[in-house]
Amino acid sequence: MILVWVETEAGGLSEISLETLAFARSLAEAGGGIAIRAVLFGEVEDHEAASRELGAHGVGEVRQVVGEAFTSYAAAAWAAALQELRASTGSVVVTAAGSQRGNEVLAHLAARLDVPMAANVVSFDGLAPFVVTRQVVGGAAFEEMRLDRRPALFTVAGHSWTAVEVSDPAPATWVEERPEVAPADLLARVVATRTKAADGADDLKTAKVVVGAGRGAGGPDGFGAVAELAELLGGTVGVSRVVTSLGWRPHHEQVGQTGSRIAPDLYIPCGISGAIQHWAGCASSKTILAINTDPEAPMMTKATYAVIGDMHEVVPAIVDELRARR
Amino acid sequence: MVDVLVCIKRVPDVGGQVLLTADEQAVDGRYVGFTVSNHENSAVELAIRIAEATGGTVTLLTVGPAEAAEQLRATLALGAHAAIHVEADPAALGPADIAREIATVVTEKEAAGADYDLILLGNDAADTGDFQVGIRVAYALDRPVVGGVSAVEVADGSLTATGAGTDGEVSYAVPLPAVATVLEGGAEPRYPTLKGRMAAKKVEIETRQLAGAPSGAQRVRLTLPPPAPSTVEVLGEGPEAAGAVVDLFERLGVAR
Ligand SMILES: Cc1cc2nc3c(=O)[nH]c(=O)nc-3n(C[C@H](O)[C@H](O)[C@H](O)COP(=O)(O)OP(=O)(O)OC[C@H]3O[C@@H](n4cnc5c(N)ncnc54)[C@H](O)[C@@H]3O)c2cc1C
Ligand SMILES: Nc1ncnc2c1ncn2[C@@H]1O[C@H](COP(=O)(O)O)[C@@H](O)[C@H]1O
Repeated sequence: MILVWVETEAGGLSEISLETLAFARSLAEAGGGIAIRAVLFGEVEDHEAASRELGAHGVGEVRQVVGEAFTSYAAAAWAAALQELRASTGSVVVTAAGSQRGNEVLAHLAARLDVPMAANVVSFDGLAPFVVTRQVVGGAAFEEMRLDRRPALFTVAGHSWTAVEVSDPAPATWVEERPEVAPADLLARVVATRTKAADGADDLKTAKVVVGAGRGAGGPDGFGAVAELAELLGGTVGVSRVVTSLGWRPHHEQVGQTGSRIAPDLYIPCGISGAIQHWAGCASSKTILAINTDPEAPMMTKATYAVIGDMHEVVPAIVDELRARR
Repeated sequence: MVDVLVCIKRVPDVGGQVLLTADEQAVDGRYVGFTVSNHENSAVELAIRIAEATGGTVTLLTVGPAEAAEQLRATLALGAHAAIHVEADPAALGPADIAREIATVVTEKEAAGADYDLILLGNDAADTGDFQVGIRVAYALDRPVVGGVSAVEVADGSLTATGAGTDGEVSYAVPLPAVATVLEGGAEPRYPTLKGRMAAKKVEIETRQLAGAPSGAQRVRLTLPPPAPSTVEVLGEGPEAAGAVVDLFERLGVAR
């Protein structure tokens, strides 16, 4: 049995969890048809829709973990529930999406079971021994890692797989679980959430043109021309993780492995180096025009077109030229 | 008074381009510099602020080669008070080994009178990216742990921490002693002062040997992504390229 923790997001299933199911299915097939169970935490808006969607992604049975202890995030409590479900289902593999929470909860589970955990896996290379390849050194290298102990625990790097539906879907069976949780596992529990304002991620995913900006923007005030260009092209702004971590722009604008996957007709990354985790989110763009001071930056060599230069000079010049030609 | 322990790791400063050692077990550090991950630099900054606010101390801990003393000195210069160096070849250690070594140091120091109310680590190390040492340390010490937080504060025997969650900014309130793993972004790391550098030179770094036999990293080997041939067409340099760019927009039909 392969146990997959499927994260929920705004009442639905998270895209990178569905990708993780595609990985799990490939692993299940290589193992001769191992069954896949999904675990969900907390409330789901529409059970039937979720069980159809999970069934379509190859899940036979869903265990929904409910109860007061699971109404807000607590990594230790969630890992305790996974630990119990792992044991009762006899699962030999437990996996989750390589999100912040996915990595965190699986690390808790690994510590509780005293087994290794592989973070941000992109593929598996063999079953006996079980060897996975994962991203290391910020994506500049890969590590082949053996997972000899059972259960094998790993997370799947976001957007390294594509979610695909099975050809003969059947809704997954739905089972509710109410695991006991020790008080110690609830000490580090989310006590308050400041919900983010209107989520613009959908704009990003459907935009025909995305103008990107990274550390090269230089600071929170460095996005004026980028936003103007996006507006002139009827597009939207997308940013790198550096930009969201530094609080220069909101998280919903992030493109990449832990952000949105975009597929516009034209992507214009400005001052973005093109690390593999960013590339994972923009590789499906039809055309990429990179603007960067460093001609050797990975984004500049992987792009379709490039302009070498300071984005603070080049982008305003493009805006002026566009205006002049109207 | 809050005494904070911060775990930092010497990592190659690769900036995207890496070479591997002949045995494919590590990044070849001969042609690159070494540094400490951004997440850990933020953790250090948060620790110094807490120590300053409460009249407490900051102790640094690293498990690494003899050269990791460079990272300890550089970080001491920011305002940390003490440093402990467990000398070991990091390529031979897995995250569980490192966590056990850290927990052993904490247990021994606390038995001798220290009190690390708060232990800070990075969320993930820039080289091995295991995303787990902090969590394993917390389990080994039987302490609560919050993960991926970017701001921490300590008051009345409790830690409040905030970080980005799935649905917005989330906060935690956890009794001390506790462990937190830090993501950069919540506190801009400070620069060393001359006074700080002088003070750091006088600190005696406590060196220790590995406490246990490592079980290893389960690493088969490291590999590099295949070189991708570039087919990029350079449209120009600087603002003069604007004309060619707008021509491209027109060809692609995106200029409205
Ligand atoms: C598990 C994990 C998940 C991640 N997920 C994501 C993700 O979802 N999205 C993401 O983006 N990253 C992600 N990252 C981070 C990723 O590895 C890189 O660190 C990040 O993408 C780098 O952002 P950047 O390109 O803005 O900054 P840098 O890498 O610092 O690059 C800045 C670039 O700007 C150029 N530049 C500087 N000044 C100028 C100027 N004035 N004009 C023009 N160019 C200039 C520089 O030459 C450089 O190429 C993740 C990392 C990990 C480990
Ligand atoms: N060798 C080490 N010495 C000290 N701290 C470490 C070491 N390895 C990892 N850490 C800490 O644990 C964090 C997470 O590392 P990792 O789980 O390997 O991604 C790092 O950001 C460091 O704070």
